[in-house]
Amino acid sequence: METVAPATMAQPIPSSDSHFDDEELTKLDPNYKTALRINTGLTAIPFLIGSVVLETVLVEATDGAWPLPYGVIVAVVVFVALVLIIRLPGRRWHARGYNMSVDRLRVVRGILWRSDTIVPFGRVQHIDVDQGPIERALGIATLTLHTAGNHNASVPLPGLRHDIATEMREDIRERIKRDSV
Amino acid sequence: MSVSASPTISVPRVGGSAIAEEGPTTEAGEPQRTAPLGVIVGGLSSLQNAIFPAIAAAFGTGIAGPGLLIGLSVGAFVAVLGAVMSYVRWRRLTYTIGEQDIRVESGILSRSARSVPYERIQDVSLEQKVIPRLLGLVAVKFETGAGGADDLSLSYLSEAEGERLRELVRERRDDVEGAARTAATDGAGAETARAGEGEALFTMGPRRLFIFGLFEFSLAVFAVLAGVLQYLDSFLGFEFWEVEFWRDLAQEQGGWLLELSAYGQAVGAIAGLVFVFVIGSVTGLARTFNREWGFLLERTARGFRRRRGLFTRTDVVMPIHRVQGVTIGTRFVRYRFGWHSLRFVSLAQDAGSTSHVVAPFAKLDELGPIVQTAGFQMPSENARWHRATKAYRNVSIATDGVLFAIAAVIAGVATAMLAPDWIGLAVAIPIALGAIAAGVGFLSWRFKRHALDESQIIAVAGILAPTTKIATRVKLHSVEIAQGPLAKAFGYATLHLGMAGGELSIRGIPVERARDVRAKVLETIAATDFSQLESQMQVQAA
Repeated sequence: METVAPATMAQPIPSSDSHFDDEELTKLDPNYKTALRINTGLTAIPFLIGSVVLETVLVEATDGAWPLPYGVIVAVVVFVALVLIIRLPGRRWHARGYNMSVDRLRVVRGILWRSDTIVPFGRVQHIDVDQGPIERALGIATLTLHTAGNHNASVPLPGLRHDIATEMREDIRERIKRDSV
Repeated sequence: MSVSASPTISVPRVGGSAIAEEGPTTEAGEPQRTAPLGVIVGGLSSLQNAIFPAIAAAFGTGIAGPGLLIGLSVGAFVAVLGAVMSYVRWRRLTYTIGEQDIRVESGILSRSARSVPYERIQDVSLEQKVIPRLLGLVAVKFETGAGGADDLSLSYLSEAEGERLRELVRERRDDVEGAARTAATDGAGAETARAGEGEALFTMGPRRLFIFGLFEFSLAVFAVLAGVLQYLDSFLGFEFWEVEFWRDLAQEQGGWLLELSAYGQAVGAIAGLVFVFVIGSVTGLARTFNREWGFLLERTARGFRRRRGLFTRTDVVMPIHRVQGVTIGTRFVRYRFGWHSLRFVSLAQDAGSTSHVVAPFAKLDELGPIVQTAGFQMPSENARWHRATKAYRNVSIATDGVLFAIAAVIAGVATAMLAPDWIGLAVAIPIALGAIAAGVGFLSWRFKRHALDESQIIAVAGILAPTTKIATRVKLHSVEIAQGPLAKAFGYATLHLGMAGGELSIRGIPVERARDVRAKVLETIAATDFSQLESQMQVQAA
């Protein structure tokens, strides 16, 4: 799957082709799901601690008169966290995709709120490839295209394998005829 | 530049410390100081700053006794300190006109050096407040699009130096950009030959300003007055915000009020309204005259030049090829009389005094030529307008309705618990508002439309005061189709167009139409690279 992106780059699609809406989207690296899970897991920890504290305090304060059995609040929080960690990343990964043609990058994302953005390379101001610690451990990176427009001033594309991201960056940089200093 | 008007001192820097040396040189590459007279402006403003601490100190220590003396000495101290600081700041600030950039070094204890490359400077604007104007000084501001506080500004330079600097920045910038557009030099050359004074595109005489001022009716003065009164409360023992104060006043004065006939009371009420109206109109007139006096928009060799202001005179140049789009706006009452305003969308931040209004108050036929000069066309008669889908309209009305219904339920429950007598009213108000919102939503759908022609996108919205936005297709930076869950279910989408310095979104159009527009816009964009964008626009403008 990782080899798909360079392959599409190798065969340029004519720029006048207006049927790019039906183009096959390239999927992100599966490690992106793992990264999402770890991030969600880390976010869940404070909530988990909070729920344990809350439940203990409530039980203590009501002096045993608390109507629910001990552990209900914690269980609810754990359940929600597990759904978010197990179920959601897969669906988000499925909803995301990109397509790079000869003169533009298309980024599609969102489960409920779909967004389908196209950035023409002729309008890219500068390009970032970022890696957080988790991303680095998983060998993935975020490619961000910056434009001069107020809307979509930066278009991030997370979850690319690091070497693909840098390759894409070089590719886009070559296609920008003159780098803005 | 004339040396006598501004004795510029060139400062050779030795090991970080500046040694002043008399000399009339203004050669490029040498650090220069701003005009020495600027120190006086700084001193005067510190005098202004001293007034408040002086009053505070005087009242704080008892105005009758030694307070006056203490107040005066505190004021003098603050003023002297400010003046000294202003002098030191002047001594420590130098600017350098380099080959590639302008550099400003400043700071008393910690030094900071900022460099702005010429090609990143969007506009150079000159501003003169009252005191600098009397002294022949000008504040020069380099707008980079970084916005507000991040912009580089030099205050104050002599008028001649400011003008010279502006010309210089323009030339240097063109030198830098020149390499990218050798093809354009022919047109630009002819343009330069025609340089000097430009042709006037739009002016506003006193008569126009008077009409404009009447439409700018404002009650802001009452707000200011209320604020001042509240502030004076503590000093005067004048309890402006206390009910007792007004009750006492009414009881004292109420006697003769009640004795008046109904006719007399009506006359009194009308007189009050007339008074408010007159004050509001006068405020509007004063503000308009102050801001717009001597309004002159010119087409010069390098772009649009706008000058305006009675006490604070501003002088802004906007290069034509930097205009990203135009907005034609209006307001409810003035629209009935056919008055509109025209504003440019530019990369330079549009804030306060630097706003890019090029015609604040004009008839549509006056705006046409300006729009055309900027390289845009007014929407043509036979433009093919497209509307949002009816599904979008209905969904918007329904979602608004749900919000108002929730508000009605909350209001109903709350009043049922607290004041059961008012439950009818509490529920009726949100429902009535919801009905109004639905009506407005229904109507506004008819007035919200967009069109796509060979080179631009036009979006119109508004029932009572329609706003028209025109953007060039080639100058857009990205295209996004966004759909929420409801939009997906009902088959419409919002098209967000990335515009530098502005927002352009077309809501609720059919997905097919959104894709169609996107394909066409991308086709136009892909044909021109960003680096060619400016030179191409310059050729077109020439």
